[in-house]
Amino acid sequence: MLSDIALYGAIETGLIYGLVAFGIYISFRVLDFPDLTVDGSFPLGAAVAAMLILAGWNPWIATGAAILAGMAAGAVTALLNVKLNILNLLASILTMIALYSVNLRIMGRPNVALLTEETVLTPWYDLGLAYHQVPVVLFVIVVLVSLILLWRFMKSETGLAMRATGANARMARAQGIATGGMIVLGVALSNGLVGLAGALFAQSQGAADVTMGVGVIVIGLASLIGGEAVITPSTVVRALIACVAGAIIYRLAIAFALNAEFLGLQSQDLNLITAVLVTLAIVLPGVRTSVAAKLTRKKA
Amino acid sequence: MISATDLRLTFGKGTPLENPALRGMSLTVNQGEFVTVIGSNGAGKSTFLNALAGEVMVDSGKIIVDNQDVTKLPTHKRAGRVARVFQDPLAGTCEGLTIEENLALAIKRGQRRGLTAAVKKEYMERFRNSLSSLKLGLENRLGDKMGLLSGGQRQAVSLLMASLTPSAILLLDEHTAALDPKTAAFVLELTTQIIEEQKLTALMVTHSMKQALEVGDRTVMLHQGEVVFDIEGEKREGLEVKDLLGLFEKQRGLEIDDDSLLLD
Repeated sequence: MLSDIALYGAIETGLIYGLVAFGIYISFRVLDFPDLTVDGSFPLGAAVAAMLILAGWNPWIATGAAILAGMAAGAVTALLNVKLNILNLLASILTMIALYSVNLRIMGRPNVALLTEETVLTPWYDLGLAYHQVPVVLFVIVVLVSLILLWRFMKSETGLAMRATGANARMARAQGIATGGMIVLGVALSNGLVGLAGALFAQSQGAADVTMGVGVIVIGLASLIGGEAVITPSTVVRALIACVAGAIIYRLAIAFALNAEFLGLQSQDLNLITAVLVTLAIVLPGVRTSVAAKLTRKKA
Repeated sequence: MISATDLRLTFGKGTPLENPALRGMSLTVNQGEFVTVIGSNGAGKSTFLNALAGEVMVDSGKIIVDNQDVTKLPTHKRAGRVARVFQDPLAGTCEGLTIEENLALAIKRGQRRGLTAAVKKEYMERFRNSLSSLKLGLENRLGDKMGLLSGGQRQAVSLLMASLTPSAILLLDEHTAALDPKTAAFVLELTTQIIEEQKLTALMVTHSMKQALEVGDRTVMLHQGEVVFDIEGEKREGLEVKDLLGLFEKQRGLEIDDDSLLLD
């Protein structure tokens, strides 16, 4: 069915979208803030990292700058909502649209190639691993470190205050939590992770493209919801693991669908497959519960 | 000590639905006093409490808490001095968080929150001791989600959370109104017990005149956004609901007299 290269490729992209899913977990789940900024902050991270690498910066510092750029984009969305009282969804769409121009400005053209440049992956090719395994190894480390840091943060005093802000803002205020500040911090953190994902994606694919953000929100949501269907997110750490699992399962499902010749699907069908998978991920857990309920009723 | 002077607040100013909720409301609550507040619907009880907590901003007037003018401060900046229990038992806690996480949120009320673990080992004994005083067995369920608890249990925990750290005043907004009679009696008893033990300064809004007279040491009645009477000490002792109604009638009568004077 799947070639080795296709399999590793799916896992590699899955790990990157795992970072996106972390971001979407913070905005959609922790803060209850539907944030579409990610469609802009993903290519923003890619553009910032690519341009800085081309300018001769250390690729890790360039990646760090991409995180900061993503955080700034998220902060703009959150401030539009908190300070100017623009509906959260609309605020994020405004930032997303604006970022399209910003990204073109940063790159100076619609796409930038990185094929011959030194990236965060370059030193890892000397370790004797197969070419297609290198990104997977590095990204597993990046995802694990992000997961642990994010988990520790969510368990900290500030992280708990952020979770309370999303769950019950009135109660949070009564406990002395500046809920507006928490929303800014959370949405910035979320888009910082997406900026990181964009930067890594550009470096592993060898290019940054202004259109590479289209649909990132849907893929991230697909990963989040799919992951939650597989791993019940009863605790923070389970929810985070579900994000990564969902993203990898999603990419594998896409890879299988495109490789299964009897289905006759081609790469232009990607978005259609995505929509079908998201629908299934949303509907299936409900079906599972009602089937289980029917079965137990029969027993009784 | 907390003092409110000449608070005025009109909702929907300049619209056909203009509603003056507070019309010169003044009240001073001294250290250690437990004041019960009564009044009919629309008397301004909840608005007054929301104004003290910072959930609504008054148009004019002054609110002083512990010698500091807090009139312009938002809720979260007053939270260190003002503790609160809501009417809705689900409003005071986060159902998606565990009992210990909810308590950990409350133990830092009004203080800076850092990056150290929120639920600390050194809190555990205190959490267990406070919870065991409720006699609901919750001390063994610290890791359970708040959403698993009943409304009455959640309201009892809200009350604990409000008294976990010191405050200048504890605001209770009809916090037993949404509970069944038995649970309401339990939560009310717990309230008086906590207030007495910790010598808290408290303001309790209630719909029930009987409750207003039974607990606390001073009773204030609001009507149309103002204090119509304020009784304490000997005058209050032995007072019954019908006496309160009498007082109220008398006040209303006076008001009508005032109006007729104005009409002349």
